Amino acid sequence: MSTRVLIVDDHAMFRAGVRAELSASPLVEVVAEAEDVDTAVAAVAAHQPEVVLLDVHLPGGGGAEVMRRTGPSSTRFLALSVSDAAEDVIGTIRAGARGYVTKTITGPELADAIVRVAGGDAVFSPRLAGFVLDAFAGTIEVAAVDEDLDRLTEREREVMRLIARGYSYKEVAGELFISVKTVETHMSAVLRKLQLSSRHELTRWASDRRLL
Amino acid sequence: MSSAAPAPPTGPAPAYQPRRAFREPEAGYLGGVAAGLATHLGWPVAWVRVAFVALTAANGAGVLAYAALWLWLPTLAAEEPAPGLAAAERAGRRTTRRGLADIGPAVALAALAVGALFIAQLVFGTGLVLWVLVLGLGGVALIWRQADESSRERWRDSTGRIDPVRALVGDGGWAAWSRLVIGVLMLVTALVLFALRSGRISLAVDVLVATALGLAGVVLVAGPWLLRLLHDLGEERAQRVRSQERADVAAHLHDSVLQTLALIQKNSADPAQVARLARAQERDLRSWLFEDAGPSGSLSAALATLAADVEADHNVTVEVVTVGDLVLDDCTQPVLLATREAVVNAARHSGAPRVDVYAEASATRLEVFVKDRGRGFDLDAVAPDRHGVRGSIQDRMERHGGTARISSRPGEGTEVVLTMPLEDKS
Repeated sequence: MSTRVLIVDDHAMFRAGVRAELSASPLVEVVAEAEDVDTAVAAVAAHQPEVVLLDVHLPGGGGAEVMRRTGPSSTRFLALSVSDAAEDVIGTIRAGARGYVTKTITGPELADAIVRVAGGDAVFSPRLAGFVLDAFAGTIEVAAVDEDLDRLTEREREVMRLIARGYSYKEVAGELFISVKTVETHMSAVLRKLQLSSRHELTRWASDRRLL
Repeated sequence: MSSAAPAPPTGPAPAYQPRRAFREPEAGYLGGVAAGLATHLGWPVAWVRVAFVALTAANGAGVLAYAALWLWLPTLAAEEPAPGLAAAERAGRRTTRRGLADIGPAVALAALAVGALFIAQLVFGTGLVLWVLVLGLGGVALIWRQADESSRERWRDSTGRIDPVRALVGDGGWAAWSRLVIGVLMLVTALVLFALRSGRISLAVDVLVATALGLAGVVLVAGPWLLRLLHDLGEERAQRVRSQERADVAAHLHDSVLQTLALIQKNSADPAQVARLARAQERDLRSWLFEDAGPSGSLSAALATLAADVEADHNVTVEVVTVGDLVLDDCTQPVLLATREAVVNAARHSGAPRVDVYAEASATRLEVFVKDRGRGFDLDAVAPDRHGVRGSIQDRMERHGGTARISSRPGEGTEVVLTMPLEDKS
């Protein structure tokens, strides 16, 4: 049973390219395409895909808007963007995406990421892991009020560092002498902290980097 | 100097374009009236100047005409430069040619003024009237000159809205402000002197109060209209700024993306070359759009440059992720050099299509990881006379107090870990 995927991007050329790349993989099946927020929301409702490949910048409000309007559902979102501006990355993750990959990713890597997201895992590209480490770097020192939420554990930090260094999940597991399942648990925990952690700290991080 | 004559009409139905006269401040001694008129009429500029001087003999008609024309003739808009040049100028990457104005005209003017003073002395005698006149005229001239200068500046300036202070002082340099203040002081002094001529203080106060009331009345009546005008002008300016930004983008795309696309079309038979061009262009456009590299001299900026260089020279993708940042110094520079060596080695020997570089800078240490998934090698089997790894990476790091750890297994790729302890400056 292959994973059902919806591709959302405003460039027809790019959609065609992704579709062609993914058609080589038996693991995924592209069920529909959408080009802006409205068509994307409609397509999610009509096709109930397992994974939506979501462009960050879309006519009508962007990827975050699609996730907001879709509301709670079993569909999972994987951001696929040409942008590596930190506010796009963090903003999309905070809006509920399960991962973030850039458009230079290869076809097999993308298919792999889609299957992982469909299985409930988080997908971090090295760049996203770097942003996460940067974002939490300031909060690690201070014991904030909601410290459970605002800090990464030493283990989660290690996982993030290895991902940022270009390790695959399996290699991370081997390096830290833990199972792949544990790596995935850590990554999901980091994603949850990123989505829920205090608005204040992330805002400060963004303004420190002259992003706001 | 540019001509004010209209360009030859190009459309199928040549519309009638009225010939308009402009002032050419850049070309003239005073306000550029004579120069502008000369261009408009097609006469030599000397004739126009002589005509003004000659007219002056007729009860000062020349001076009056000159002043009136100065007031009413619009300034000649500078010729539109190429979009690329204009964009570069706005971004501060190009200096406008506005060197030291030659002081010849100023000296000539000063000499003329002194002469005029002597003549006036002959006519009016050395009484108070003369000084009142000199002060008053001088003050008006100074303020006028300043307003004229700033109105020219305003066309160059592209920052948002007009505000009234700016309209008078322009960029607000000390010269502008002092001109304005001295001008106003001279005017007020002239007024006071004039009022005092009658010898009574109370009359002087009356005159000043009357003048102030008159000015206030004018402001009250004309104020709303002026404000609206300023607002409309501000709107228009915002529009202009937007179109300039558009022009900047167009210029950049033309210089970079379009050129690269043309190159790609020419090289379409050579996939390696196409990939290289596309990657270099992507990096360039990305840094222009997102400016994710830090300030120059910082670690992140240096790594971004390094990645771009290696990508251009070798057919690989170099993915750089930086956490934290620092300013490179004698202590951290060797890490960068070792990183470059490691990345180049990976690009050249590993056969992997992509090299991951991860740098993390904290207050106490700097770590750089260079990883590839290439063919790898057996570290012990490297001949002792090969200096790339030992000399450029390991020895260099150790000489400067750091460490380099290289792990590689044949078939699984290579990772180089560079660590440099830093003195905690916090």
